[in-house]
Amino acid sequence: MSAAVLRSDRFRLEREADWMRLEDIVTKMEKGKSRRLSDDDVLALPTLYRTLLSSLSIARENSLDAGLIDYLEGLALRSYFLVYGTQTSLGRWLGSFFSGGWSRAVRAIQLDVWIALFVMIAGVGVGYILVAGDSDWFYALVPGSYADVRVPGATEEALRGTLFGAQDKGGLGMFAAFLFSNNAQVAILAFALGFAFAIPSILLLIHNMALLGAMLWVFAQRGLTVDFIGWLSIHGTTELFAILLAGAAGIHVGRSIAFPGKRSHLKAASDAGKRAALVMTGVIVMLICAGLLEGFARQLIDNTAGRFAVGGAMLLLWLLYFIGFGRERRSPEA
Amino acid sequence: MSGSTAAEPWIRRSANPKLDRVMVTPEGVSLNVTVAAAGARAGALALDIIIILGLIFLVTIAGLMLLWGLGVAVDGNLENASGPLQLLAVLWIISVFLFRNAYFLYFELGDRAATWGKRAVGIRVAARDGGRLTAEAVIARNIVRDVELFLPLVFLTSGEASGSMTDLTAWAGFLWVLMFLLFPLFNRDRLRGGDVIAGTWVIENVKKNLGDIVAPSAANLSDDGTAMVTRYQFSDDDLSVYGEYELQTLENVLRSDQNEALQKVAESICQKIGWEPGSGDERVFLEAYYTALRARLERSMKFGKRRKDKFSPHE
Repeated sequence: MSAAVLRSDRFRLEREADWMRLEDIVTKMEKGKSRRLSDDDVLALPTLYRTLLSSLSIARENSLDAGLIDYLEGLALRSYFLVYGTQTSLGRWLGSFFSGGWSRAVRAIQLDVWIALFVMIAGVGVGYILVAGDSDWFYALVPGSYADVRVPGATEEALRGTLFGAQDKGGLGMFAAFLFSNNAQVAILAFALGFAFAIPSILLLIHNMALLGAMLWVFAQRGLTVDFIGWLSIHGTTELFAILLAGAAGIHVGRSIAFPGKRSHLKAASDAGKRAALVMTGVIVMLICAGLLEGFARQLIDNTAGRFAVGGAMLLLWLLYFIGFGRERRSPEA
Repeated sequence: MSGSTAAEPWIRRSANPKLDRVMVTPEGVSLNVTVAAAGARAGALALDIIIILGLIFLVTIAGLMLLWGLGVAVDGNLENASGPLQLLAVLWIISVFLFRNAYFLYFELGDRAATWGKRAVGIRVAARDGGRLTAEAVIARNIVRDVELFLPLVFLTSGEASGSMTDLTAWAGFLWVLMFLLFPLFNRDRLRGGDVIAGTWVIENVKKNLGDIVAPSAANLSDDGTAMVTRYQFSDDDLSVYGEYELQTLENVLRSDQNEALQKVAESICQKIGWEPGSGDERVFLEAYYTALRARLERSMKFGKRRKDKFSPHE
């Protein structure tokens, strides 16, 4: 059947073989068998795809064979997704992420980091001042499960006991894993709530930091301020930094939705969302570190100076990474 | 979206034309896509949740088997556990976290950009602007999923379990879930919160086979003896009664190749053009008529004149 009456059918017969070849390649790739493709086929994919697109454009203008056009449309869409698919594997993406993608993303939302930092400091201040004014506030701010012995009016020994000498406690690893899972949820919440114009993110930051401020007051009353900060800083520099970044990412998204500038709201949201997603992946990594520090290091290092050393070193490490790393290479698509 | 060369609006592409969209590729060719219906999305999500729960269940069973094999007694209090039990508990917590979050990431970053649930119902994730679907976009849409779905579920169940749930917080939590779950129904593109943030949407997969040439007998006969061409000759008037819509209906009838339908259509065409309907030769007649009609319509198409259906005026 080499000849056809209609010109549009002849057009089809001339190109059919290429389409079939492309369909074969696409089907194999979709089934995850791309390794079995020959080099020729892999190289031919983009060319075949562009040929198909031009065939489709011609067919739309010249052919009234609806079945044919449907087929071409479907095949064009399938091969489009392969040609313009996610070209990174999870592993390769992680590589580029750690070698600069992460720190660049953090620097890109600098303004929001400052806002989040201000909000967090304000939160600590609010918590401290409220409880200092009326210690009943403590019970409103701190959920019951945290409070146990750490309540206003507790003795110095009782408070000191919560800070030191906990190393006989079993299940440290378990505790760390639990803390990580828990903190990751708080951070994710702080980010994702940014969706609602960032206000819930800010409230969440203030609430969590007010809790910290209230706790700080309790310990300050018994002259344990430095020890408390040491106890907190060993993992806190990492964890609070992570929560700071998560909050900043949330604020970034919320701010972009509320004030998109010249872009459309949807475009602004998705631009900000992708940038913030990078930051958030990093936040999860930081929280894993924080969980490990909190579960192991805090219980194992039992003096304030050592705790300050570890906490300070971690803080310095993060700051160096975010401020200095990956700076020379400008990201091409940013 | 203008999409001047997209499929003509009178061709019905999917069950719900409201969900048909045009996406422009970087090459500037507009492709027709169909946004996945809310029902398909919900079905895919339900499947995924069942799969994740199944995986967690399997890991739990495997862990318990291991414990049993090691002969460790489970004495209730995990916080004070030690040794292998503690290690297993750590692994369990981490694997549950990974299942919940990495399951979606891993599959949506793959070539098919779809989880098992999405594959089963035939939908996939794509970038809304027609560009490349980036890893950042996939991560963003899945981080937000946590807040939309898992967090409120955990919040509600744990609150219920510990008894700290007041009516007000229960209702607030319920409203929260409802707001996010119904979000896709309140926008045209069926975007959920994560899709808005990530610049993605979920569309239907298409898989169409290349059918045969619609009227092969016309080609055969005219090629080797022109028997048919002499048997059926259509005048200009005979062909001017129909437009593209009727041509495509005829194409469908010919492709499905059912005798009854062929007979009925042949009769009504004969009636329309004032011919005497013959019998036993419907398929050849229809193929001849189809070929002639298509040749005529395609010729005028070249001059930029298109005729939508039999009701549209002549050029």
